[in-house]
Amino acid sequence: MDFQLTDDQRALRDGTRELLAGRFGRDRLRAAVDDPAPDRGLWRELATAGFFALRLPEADGGVGLGLPEAVLVFEEVGRALLPGPLVAGQLLAGAVDGVATGERIVALCDGGADPVLWEHPDHCDVLIFVEGGAPERDGAVYRSAPAEVARAPFASVDPLTPLVRVTGRPRTTPLPGADASRLRREAALLTAAEQLGSAGRTVETAVGYARQRTQFGAPIGSFQAVKHLCAGMLVRAELARAAVYAAAVTGDALDIAGAKLLADEAAVGNARDCLQVHGGMGFTWEADVHLHLKRAWLRAERWGGAREAEERLAQALAG
Amino acid sequence: MDLAYTAEEEAFRDRLRTWLAEVLPKLPPKPVATDWPGRRAYDAAWQRMLYDAGYAGLHWPADAGGRGATPTQHLIFLEESEKAGAPYVGANFVGLLHAGPTIAAEGTPAQRARWLPPILRGDEIWCQGFSEPDAGSDLAALRTRAVRDGDDYVVTGSKIWTSHAEVADWCELLVRTDPEAPRHRGISWLAMPMDAPGVTVRPLRTLAGSTEFAELFLDEVRVPAGNRVGAEHDGWRVTMVTLSFERGTAFVGEVVACRRVLGELARTARANGRWDDAVLRRRLGRLNAEFAALWRLTQWNVSEAMGVPPGHGGPPARAKPSVGEDSRPRGRSGGVPGTGGSVFKLRYSHARQELYDAAAEVLGGQALDAAHPWVADRLSALAYTIAAGTSQIQRNIVAERILGLPKGR
Repeated sequence: MDFQLTDDQRALRDGTRELLAGRFGRDRLRAAVDDPAPDRGLWRELATAGFFALRLPEADGGVGLGLPEAVLVFEEVGRALLPGPLVAGQLLAGAVDGVATGERIVALCDGGADPVLWEHPDHCDVLIFVEGGAPERDGAVYRSAPAEVARAPFASVDPLTPLVRVTGRPRTTPLPGADASRLRREAALLTAAEQLGSAGRTVETAVGYARQRTQFGAPIGSFQAVKHLCAGMLVRAELARAAVYAAAVTGDALDIAGAKLLADEAAVGNARDCLQVHGGMGFTWEADVHLHLKRAWLRAERWGGAREAEERLAQALAG
Repeated sequence: MDLAYTAEEEAFRDRLRTWLAEVLPKLPPKPVATDWPGRRAYDAAWQRMLYDAGYAGLHWPADAGGRGATPTQHLIFLEESEKAGAPYVGANFVGLLHAGPTIAAEGTPAQRARWLPPILRGDEIWCQGFSEPDAGSDLAALRTRAVRDGDDYVVTGSKIWTSHAEVADWCELLVRTDPEAPRHRGISWLAMPMDAPGVTVRPLRTLAGSTEFAELFLDEVRVPAGNRVGAEHDGWRVTMVTLSFERGTAFVGEVVACRRVLGELARTARANGRWDDAVLRRRLGRLNAEFAALWRLTQWNVSEAMGVPPGHGGPPARAKPSVGEDSRPRGRSGGVPGTGGSVFKLRYSHARQELYDAAAEVLGGQALDAAHPWVADRLSALAYTIAAGTSQIQRNIVAERILGLPKGR
């Protein structure tokens, strides 16, 4: 047993972090708040770096890596708050033409959610629906042309993720070879990885602010009340990390449900505490904290929320 | 990242399982909590069985009489022991997990030869004389004095929260040998015989009703200077070595036990109808995720410890990680030793209390029956956020040593 990152995994994580820091820094993030359309140039660059084809076999032009590596990459996506249907791209590369190379942007919609929400409706080329709500149940997977999907406006709480409510799909075709339960599982895991990245980032942001901001003649980070908030944030993030990484290794549905639950809690709880550490500054639009919180809320509702996860984990106990 | 055990590790697990199945039925009946001589005899008998089978001090270095097992083997040992219902380390806790490893790391060859074998055989029981009435979590504020007189130290003062003092043969005692020095210096680590004249043990009754620990009064107790482990006035550093052994795997068996209890809670709730309460059900589901994650965190910490030389609690301290790049505690890639243990302990101690609160919910009115084992465990769980460093102290450690926040008030 060696439950630690390998050197290659560390290099992948560090490389992804550098790429995203270089191409999606704070200025770009703030620009995306005003226009959250995915940057197609960046999309192709990510594709060139193997982002979407990460898990495709090398024979098919992929990188041939596994779920743990995908999780490390998505942790970085979550840290950077990169907008766009990235989970869909990672899951559907190889199944939908042009996705692996970043030429086409695909969105993935949970048909079992209530309401059925569609992210980035104006900026995707293909829409894939996963039917059914039960996580273990095999459901159908359909492909739709975005123009043919009926929609109703939905005011997204997250300025970086435009949403519409899906009201009808007149023409759809089955997506050959797609495995609905696997798509759900992996979408939940990659979303959990993004939550983990966000949770880690908000700890660092809070700590950085607590060191630099002075009140009563001392850095606020020297006050125990602030220190204990920050320590609690790290504990949340580290517990979620252990759960998410382990779920990436096992790929087990129940492990993933638990990991998603703890990662959702870590991302939401840490964003809240980060906001608190920032005081009045944290409540402004200018601070980035609210962007982490709102995205964390959104991700927490995607691919299985707390109620569903807790019920499943409870049923597993009594079995 | 790999969670699979090697064939060698699985073979170790199989041998251990076979042995446990064979010997556990031979154990004498478990004594009641108030029967301290009985508890000592029971724990000593178990230790002797471990010794005879070659499992005593599994994780100790071979040159200290241990088996030099890897942290993973130790993890397997604790996991399988708990699953098989083997006794806890009990009265041997301080000897095996604190004093023994400290003597192994810091003692002279003569000290190692005198004290280590009886610990491994279960012949001698140790207790810990660190905490004082006015210096609990602020350990460096201890005031028990030791004045050198010829070949002896003359020790006067008092200790508190001394587990197993009623049956212990030795006490790992922290004393102030230089009252003029700054408070972290001028402390020494002594092995004090508990039958020395001037030692008075007064059992303290806990809120659980039993006497799990005692107060120790020391009135001009003569301790040979040769019983000092480490250099004079260097006891603080020696103590930090001791405490690093406390972290890491100390709670492994307990996490396994909590996961088992959680399953029992669910089955009991099914049987008594409380399962229909969605709030309670969701609480149990959440605890399932929590304890599963605590187990993974244990595996993470153990794997991290595999990357450091055996016989030490953690990797050498390097520069504090620069927050803004990576705030998480790391062993092999640099970081602060033992801090992963603080992260674990913080979450585990609270989760354990939540578990037994949920148990009370499952029990309903039965939770008022002090004789119910879950109720006794609910009471004893209250110590977890206090013992071995309060949650508040642990949060300071996490904030200052991992996150690099400034010291202050």
